[in-house]
Amino acid sequence: MNWEVVIGIETHVQLRTQSKIFSGSSIAFGAEPNVQANAVDIALPGVLPVLNREAVVCAIKFGLAVGATIAPRSVFARKNYFYPDLPKGYQISQFEVPVVAGGGLNIRVGEQEKFVHLTRAHLEEDAGKSLHEDFHGRSGIDLNRAGTPLLEIVTEPDMRSSAEAVAYARALHALVQWIGICDGNMQEGSFRCDANVSVRRAGEPLGTRREIKNLNSFRFMQQAIDYEVQWQINEISEGRAIRQATVLFDPDSGETRAMRSKEDAHDYRYFPDPDLLPLEIGADWIAEVKAGMPELPQAMQARLQTEYGLSAYDAAILTASRAMADYFVAAVAAAGAANAKAVANWVINDVRRSMVDGLRDEGGEPVASAVRGDAPGRDVIRVPAEALALLILRIAEGVISNASGKKVFVEMWSTSDSEVDAIIKRMDLTQVSDASALEAVIDGILAANQKSVEEFRAGKEKAFNALVGQAMKATKGKANPQQVNDLLKKKLGA
Amino acid sequence: MINASLSELSAALAAKTISAVELATLFLDRIDRLNPGLNAFIALDREQTLAQARAADASGKVGAGDTPLAGIPLAHKDIFCTKGWRTSCGSRMLENFVSPYDAHVVEKLAAAGMVTLGKLNMDEFAMGSSNETSYFGPVKNPWDTSRVPGGSSGGSAAAIAARLAPAATGTDTGGSIRQPAALCGLTGLKPTYGAVSRYGMIAFASSLDQAGPMAKSAEDCALLLNAMAGFDERDSTSLERPAEDYARDLEKPLQGLRIGLPGEFFGEGMDADVRAAVDAALDQYRKLGATTVEVSLPNSGLSVPAYYVIAPAEASSNLSRFDGVRYGYRAPEYGDLNDMYSKSRAQGFGAEVKRRILIGTYVLSHGYYDAYYLKAQKIRRLIAADFQKAFESCDVIMGPTSPSVAFAFGAKSADPVQMYLSDIYTISTNLAGLPGMSLPCGFGNGGMPVGLQIIGNWFGEAKMLNVAHQYQQVTDWHTRMPQLAGAAQ
Repeated sequence: MNWEVVIGIETHVQLRTQSKIFSGSSIAFGAEPNVQANAVDIALPGVLPVLNREAVVCAIKFGLAVGATIAPRSVFARKNYFYPDLPKGYQISQFEVPVVAGGGLNIRVGEQEKFVHLTRAHLEEDAGKSLHEDFHGRSGIDLNRAGTPLLEIVTEPDMRSSAEAVAYARALHALVQWIGICDGNMQEGSFRCDANVSVRRAGEPLGTRREIKNLNSFRFMQQAIDYEVQWQINEISEGRAIRQATVLFDPDSGETRAMRSKEDAHDYRYFPDPDLLPLEIGADWIAEVKAGMPELPQAMQARLQTEYGLSAYDAAILTASRAMADYFVAAVAAAGAANAKAVANWVINDVRRSMVDGLRDEGGEPVASAVRGDAPGRDVIRVPAEALALLILRIAEGVISNASGKKVFVEMWSTSDSEVDAIIKRMDLTQVSDASALEAVIDGILAANQKSVEEFRAGKEKAFNALVGQAMKATKGKANPQQVNDLLKKKLGA
Repeated sequence: MINASLSELSAALAAKTISAVELATLFLDRIDRLNPGLNAFIALDREQTLAQARAADASGKVGAGDTPLAGIPLAHKDIFCTKGWRTSCGSRMLENFVSPYDAHVVEKLAAAGMVTLGKLNMDEFAMGSSNETSYFGPVKNPWDTSRVPGGSSGGSAAAIAARLAPAATGTDTGGSIRQPAALCGLTGLKPTYGAVSRYGMIAFASSLDQAGPMAKSAEDCALLLNAMAGFDERDSTSLERPAEDYARDLEKPLQGLRIGLPGEFFGEGMDADVRAAVDAALDQYRKLGATTVEVSLPNSGLSVPAYYVIAPAEASSNLSRFDGVRYGYRAPEYGDLNDMYSKSRAQGFGAEVKRRILIGTYVLSHGYYDAYYLKAQKIRRLIAADFQKAFESCDVIMGPTSPSVAFAFGAKSADPVQMYLSDIYTISTNLAGLPGMSLPCGFGNGGMPVGLQIIGNWFGEAKMLNVAHQYQQVTDWHTRMPQLAGAAQ
């Protein structure tokens, strides 16, 4: 039986504003409970919401980045329900007329490219948090998060596998950070996905969907969808119908389980919020925001290819995140455009791998003492772009060998010392290019390795490499390998 | 002194004939004597009042040209949040609520140097037309204590009528300033929607609520409005317009004024005594040089039904915050969370509030929204358009404020629809966002005051005040006071 998986994703993106969407309270994470909740946030009698323009700017930026329509007039509505962490008894959101409609994102799974269409993106406020632990049969309410600005981004049901869903989520995650509207911190809940999943036999109409709530890591998203798909297929195969429901993913068991079914769905009694005027966004405002937007990833990718002759693959990797792209640009600026390809190689092979997989030494072995890829701070590039550029210049100038360069890089990454020249000096890595000094070393090696010399003369190419190795070892890697090659060949009459 | 206008009080304070402390004491003493029989004040704090009065005396504001109200006492409807005073909104739900902040209106009047006498009784959450829904008991009409003072700003009206305060704040969602002003023989003004900030005013129906002054005369209202109105960035529906002097046109003659008389306001339903007083007032206006023209507000018959969809819809959502979680009443005993919500709200709210929450919840429900809420919003636009058409041929519109004089306690409380019809002439103004006034124009059955309503176009406050003031220059209805007020002097 051929099953088709259909996935749509809703993402709550916490906007990087100074203050809340309808009040002046700070939205910084990690404060003591309820210290960032003012009269408006705790919904005292008589208080009123005032829209934060910065949140609207974020929505406009997003709309522009995904090629969507930005509504000239959108409406804030009240979504009414009772919950202790919802102080007003309603959430201010957008319902019938969202601020952003349409647009989409390109995603790539392996060699396959795909365009995921967006339905809409709307502005809304977050609720507070209910804390059920530590209160002995009671619940605590923390309203610091209440009123935090969110952009809820909804896709069409365009994805056909968990891999596509994760690729979309990653692409969106990179984009919202790229345009500076979200810090992307998934642990702190700045980027939360809900996945609507259904399955159908090829050619049949859409199946009944279940919504997996609050996926806050890409790994969990993949696991949750895979489990859910298999569960739905099993249910249908065994003759049971899928009932629409909201489910939660339990990372410990790897299973999804139903939270509530559609039957106990709320009637939210949406209606336009009479405390807020319709949000009007004129062409002027859009133009002003557009002028302040950074170059978008796809445009930059094309530019890197034409400007520096990078491959499409390299350009795509370098523009996968804003941090990586900014780093590359800064390093090229310092190293000069002539070294752009070398910079790209170092950034992709050394910098990026050190961030993702952890630091490796010049032989590719993990460096035990270094910050690992999954440790906090993994997003920090521990070698400044200017230092990397200088290192590349020193290699190009022949001051150190490439192999020594790797040692310097490892040293810089693990100690955060970025004085390239001082490290080269301290580690005694300056390349030996003095021909007479090298000749003496090579004469000694030839004398001590008569066996290899004879083997080479007998036609064994490998023996030559052994002699080069000996020379490099004798100079502690500081000899210029090309020069060693040339001298050896000369001496051996090859 | 108790019957003096605000200008007269201001002059007396400036001349140091009396100090702010003496003036406050005079009214506090009257409140002590008369309030127990009227129940107009529900929160008093003599020490705080006198401290404010002493501060006013010391401030240098008294007698200054830009603070003509400095040192004059007034009282606030208990719908306005006042720092340090209980703010109950007439409800058990907020029986013990002390606001940590001042409403914009309270701030503005304090900045003008006015002294707070106390907080005034009102219908619970401003839902009522007789002050019978207050958790703190009904307010009595000083003209006849067996009758209602009107509502919801009934405490404000009774306090001024009994000369327990020279002025008061009120709010008007469907007539809650104008109707009690009419029933107690006062002058009250509901400004254009957005002219006065709603920040700190406990919301009933956000798109209709508007704060305004209640006092003895149009001139007093103009001075109070000068101090209350103005843009406030904390209220997104507050209008950003240049400040205006609402008293600037008071002395303009009315020669050539065109008064529109909607046929719909003079048909069946209005009591004969009210009609006689209103007709006499219109004659007076003609003598002042005004002409009257027939105008039509064809959709005004739909205003009460449209209002009783929109206002409860908004109220049902606005009152959701009173859930017993963070402040306000919480039932002493409950089972789970839902039980806590339902018991707290069932015990904390009175019957009328619950009725409106139920209506509002119903009309917003899935499947009913289009038929009720959306339809009512359409009617609202039609009503606003009717007024604009009418204002093409007139400068102000006049009619009765209320179809009858003040009625006896219990006369309408058993029949909500009868009660709702008390506001039949005032509600359309709120739906259209227009300014409206009521001023005394005589007496009807039982010697009870009758109110004349003036409706202006958007931002027509200065015009309305001019029209009312000129009438008050040639009549003395607004200076009359009930016997009990005079007797207590």
